[in-house]
Amino acid sequence: MPKLIKDGAIIENTWELIAKPEGDAAEVAVPAGHVIVPLSVWIAQKAQLQTRNDVGVWLDSDEFAEDIGEEANRFPVIGVNFPGFMDGRAFSTARLLRERYGFTGEVRAVGNFIRDQLCYLRRCGVNAFAFANPEADLEVALKSLADFSEYYQASVDQPLPLFRRRA
Amino acid sequence: MYIYDEYDNSILRQRVAQFRDQTERFLAGSLPPEQFLPLRLQNGLYVQRLAPMLRINVPYGMLNSTQIRKLAHIARHYDKGYVHVSTRQNIQFNWPDLTEVPDILSELADVGMHGTQSSGNCIRNTTSDQFAGVAEDEIVDPRPYCEIIRQWSSFHPEFAFLPRKFKIAVTGSEKDRAAVQVHDIGLQIILKDSGEIGFKVYVGGGLGRTPVIGSVIREFLPEEDLLPYLEAILRVYNLSGRRDNKYKARIKILVRALTPEVFAQKVEAEWENTKDGYSKLTRAEIERAKSFFTEPAYETIDNAAAQAAVDAQAAESVAFSKWLQRNVRGHRVPGYAAVTLSLKPTGVAPGDITDSQLEIIANLADEFSFGEARTTHEQNIVLADVKKSDLFTLWQKSKAAGFATPNIGTITDIICCPGGDFCSLANAKSIPIAEAIQRQFDDLDYVYDLGDIDLNISGCMNACGHHHVGHIGILGVDKAGKEFYQVQLGGSASNDASLGDVLGPSFGAEVMPDVIQKLVNVYVENRTAEELFIDTYRRIGATPFKERVYAKAN
Ligand code: HEM
Ligand code: SF4
Repeated sequence: MPKLIKDGAIIENTWELIAKPEGDAAEVAVPAGHVIVPLSVWIAQKAQLQTRNDVGVWLDSDEFAEDIGEEANRFPVIGVNFPGFMDGRAFSTARLLRERYGFTGEVRAVGNFIRDQLCYLRRCGVNAFAFANPEADLEVALKSLADFSEYYQASVDQPLPLFRRRA
Repeated sequence: MYIYDEYDNSILRQRVAQFRDQTERFLAGSLPPEQFLPLRLQNGLYVQRLAPMLRINVPYGMLNSTQIRKLAHIARHYDKGYVHVSTRQNIQFNWPDLTEVPDILSELADVGMHGTQSSGNCIRNTTSDQFAGVAEDEIVDPRPYCEIIRQWSSFHPEFAFLPRKFKIAVTGSEKDRAAVQVHDIGLQIILKDSGEIGFKVYVGGGLGRTPVIGSVIREFLPEEDLLPYLEAILRVYNLSGRRDNKYKARIKILVRALTPEVFAQKVEAEWENTKDGYSKLTRAEIERAKSFFTEPAYETIDNAAAQAAVDAQAAESVAFSKWLQRNVRGHRVPGYAAVTLSLKPTGVAPGDITDSQLEIIANLADEFSFGEARTTHEQNIVLADVKKSDLFTLWQKSKAAGFATPNIGTITDIICCPGGDFCSLANAKSIPIAEAIQRQFDDLDYVYDLGDIDLNISGCMNACGHHHVGHIGILGVDKAGKEFYQVQLGGSASNDASLGDVLGPSFGAEVMPDVIQKLVNVYVENRTAEELFIDTYRRIGATPFKERVYAKAN
């Protein structure tokens, strides 16, 4: 079983990520057990899937927090995808899920983000990191979460900007 | 000037440590080059034609003498003994060794300096008016707001991987000297009769391949709303800006695609959700920021007497009086003046300063200007707080150091990018063209008679030399592997911002001085009394200029 970083620790990944379908999202077979489905599959199969409590959803970088909106808290996990690490939309998406839609479950970065982004991602409300690259050294990556210990601006993990905390 | 406290220092130290680790991983082969690239850019490090280039932030242009001495030290020990002032008020090193960059950054951190976010797809160094705080036409000092923006934008976790680079400029004077209308966000400070301070917000300006003048999306933004509103603009851009095409990724393209009205609506809707959140500025924070930009210990001076003494000195020395005329300007405090040190003597690449010249500037700043100096977007240096009674001595000393060329604002005060001599993106050289034009216009009386002319040169369409907004703009182009120069007329970066019009087919380097001379001749023949080049061009249009320049011999 591949591992991931969650809440600052390395743990087993118990969730299966379903890839985006090439064809009709309604046709995708969603297996039993913990699954994270693409947004299109969720929308197409909502009638069946909404009775389950072991289904999460993931947003691609051109899908937005508002596409889930107030529904967010029905999911145990919401994935935000990085098609490439330079595509920084997921930073805003994660923040909006937390701050605007009050999502309290797991926000999981998936795809091609890099270790050097972990600290910023955590600040935007991402608490789980599933690297696409199976070779990623999680022990080392864990250290990057501590790259910074103080911040100027408001964010999810520290809603008070420094100017409201400076003595 | 803003002084870093323990928070600023610890954040900066952690950044240096992070970059040192990234550099070591890259050199060891465990961080792939394509991943290292944006990380090094976000620390100011480019890889160039001949060597890396390291861009160091000078927030809103302010430097103290300790920082200037540190720059001199770095130029001497890690580089080839000189630096370059950029059109974004930053300082660039042209020859650092990659392996030494973490050490350079560590030394800079000792004096509260860094290269963070000076490149890359993030919010860049915020720029401003080099005469902030001393200008006679100033309405409100922009520097406290620039510093508030600096802190907010530094290491902003949400906006470190934007579709493209992002530049903010702030002006607080009647005359815009910060070119706010050609920035991604331009902020013009407004003071209402009621005493309320706020900003007129321009968005979507920029130069480069698609030059655009910014659009006003809000006539008045109260000062305490600054950060939530900026955050709303950035969030809309981060989520909706194009990422499929690097050339269409700037916010100006998004603003145009949506129209400024629709873009403004999206920003307002986003802001509605956050406007009263914790990012809303407090009175205490605004006052704290202002407390760093209070008056230095000005003396009480009888201005009339001080001016009379200067006038007497000027009557004795033509050279001094020329310098007074072009390089010295008024100050809001009686008995003081603001002095521009020219970095544009003929034969020196515009904006270049050597290590020992930097030390001289530091000494001059200590002796004459409360230990501070500013970089300008025209690539010069300003000593902002000089007593009029010191002007003559300062002139003599700056003359000896090569800074007294009395050409500020004239046709030889050229803005010029490094071009083909240094930059791997260049289509043509820029520096030798600047030099040839300076030589063409070597008669100072004639140059003065021409009055203020902005002549800007870029070596390619990235427009680092701001050619679009020069009264005369020159753009290096490549035609079948040969270097040519396109001329544009009628640009302006000031309150009447406009983009230049292409005159016609481009020219070879050897005829450029002659072409510029002909353009100037047309102006001289057509101007009315007191009319500047740009005004004559706007009045008579391009045709007379075209006819002269493209006239067949005989
Ligand atoms: C030698 C290394 C340099 C490189 C590789 C470089 C690269 C670039 C690139 C790629 C752009 C285009 C960005 C766009 O599409 O908007 C750009 C724009 C710009 N650069 Fe440079 N540049 C260099 C040096 C400089 C210098 C020395 C200055 C100042 C004199 C400067 C100031 C600017 C400015 C002001 C822009 C304007 C873009 C805008 O506002 O839209 N750059 N540069
Ligand atoms: S305008 Fe072009 S040639 Fe000049 S510095 Fe910028 S990228 Fe290089």
